[in-house]
Amino acid sequence: MGLLSKKDAKLITDPLADNNPITIQVLGICSALAITAELKASLVMAISVLFVLGIGNVVISLMRNIIPSKIRIIVQLIVVAALVIIVDLVLKAFAYELSKTLSVFVGLIITNCIIMGRFEAFALGNGPWKSFLDGIGNAVGYGVILIIVGFFRELLGSGTLFGIPVLGDPIAKTGFYAIGYENNGFMIMPPMALIVVGIIIWVQRTRNKALIED
Amino acid sequence: MENRTDKNSYTILFAIGMVLVVGALLAFAASFLKPNIDENKRLEKQQNILYAMGVNENDESNANFVSTADAPELFQKYIEKQLVIQGSDVVENDQAYLIDVKKEQTNAKAGIGRKLPLFVGKKDGKTFYIAPIRGKGLWDAIWAYVAMNKDMVVQGVFFDHKGETAGLGANINKRFFMDDFIGEDLKNNGVFKGIDVAKGNADPLNKDKSDNEVDAIAGATITGNGVSAMLKSELKLYEPYFETLKN
Repeated sequence: MGLLSKKDAKLITDPLADNNPITIQVLGICSALAITAELKASLVMAISVLFVLGIGNVVISLMRNIIPSKIRIIVQLIVVAALVIIVDLVLKAFAYELSKTLSVFVGLIITNCIIMGRFEAFALGNGPWKSFLDGIGNAVGYGVILIIVGFFRELLGSGTLFGIPVLGDPIAKTGFYAIGYENNGFMIMPPMALIVVGIIIWVQRTRNKALIED
Repeated sequence: MENRTDKNSYTILFAIGMVLVVGALLAFAASFLKPNIDENKRLEKQQNILYAMGVNENDESNANFVSTADAPELFQKYIEKQLVIQGSDVVENDQAYLIDVKKEQTNAKAGIGRKLPLFVGKKDGKTFYIAPIRGKGLWDAIWAYVAMNKDMVVQGVFFDHKGETAGLGANINKRFFMDDFIGEDLKNNGVFKGIDVAKGNADPLNKDKSDNEVDAIAGATITGNGVSAMLKSELKLYEPYFETLKN
């Protein structure tokens, strides 16, 4: 990372593991449960959040000295809502197919606490470049967990990845299904996302004892 | 020094300014992009209607529309006439596909007569009657284009939704679900019954086409119930027209 100073690089790498927004900060859990039944949806959500959080953090950071502290939460909300709506409109006009896939995430992005959480905790107190890195870092950290959860839920729940069957055909009983394997329908229910996230948290804290709180 | 951004007057001015700037920005974006968006929606309707009657580019497992570039031409070619049914009046109207089903449903509730659009298409010598319908899923609207023959046996269907859960209810627009409807009879012994999205009907391969049931999607009970309710209540409205075709 020759381009970034050590401190700046840390802004990106920290949220990937030791300060992960989902497993450590416990931000963005709701959407992690809601949309991870499929790998494709997880990926789309991860990219959308990357975009909104990166730009949103910069906008809020640029405005940080003029935002009245009494109404700062509402101002943050307006910035993220406006950003998301504009992106949605542009997609509808020029990439209609894509916008149909994304429309379900629009509402989820606005209410995603990871966005407001990073605005409030970081962008309001730091410069635009640092805030941009923080946004990207946190969005990637969030996306990585989403993709891991989506991978296991789709694989074990539906036997597919990105909608492509990888374990054989469950109805015609080919591949794995020929030897008696069954899809675990429970995996596509939101509670299983919580359990998968729990397992990730467990693994992470076992490997790095410093993360364990008293 | 008291921070100037803490003053009430500043806060109010800032709020007003922010609302004006953001409001103007959004209004500008919305009106600037509206023609493109409307055009996309119009083409999508044509694609949906054509999909239901089997004019599509499906590969082995995925649902694919005809391209937006070809849609208007194919729509001209396959759709013979577009009807608007209102009570016992049936008139031809080549803009019928632009009728907003949601608006018509609101009109019906308000006691103003509802216009029912119906598209008559012909392909390989077979005649298709395609009805656009709309209902409620778990989170938001769901809608469908149902192609039937003159006896109200489903020939093809296209479902879509605004915001059903990805991986669960959102799968109503996947082929494994939509294709199950093909061949299902909406009637049972000549009486309109609809098609139920049923759990545990012991027919996951959907071989029985006369049971008025298709296999449900696991984890999408409410969306499935919405589909059943939509098919039942909306297609029932078309039944009188199909009765007239018998003579």
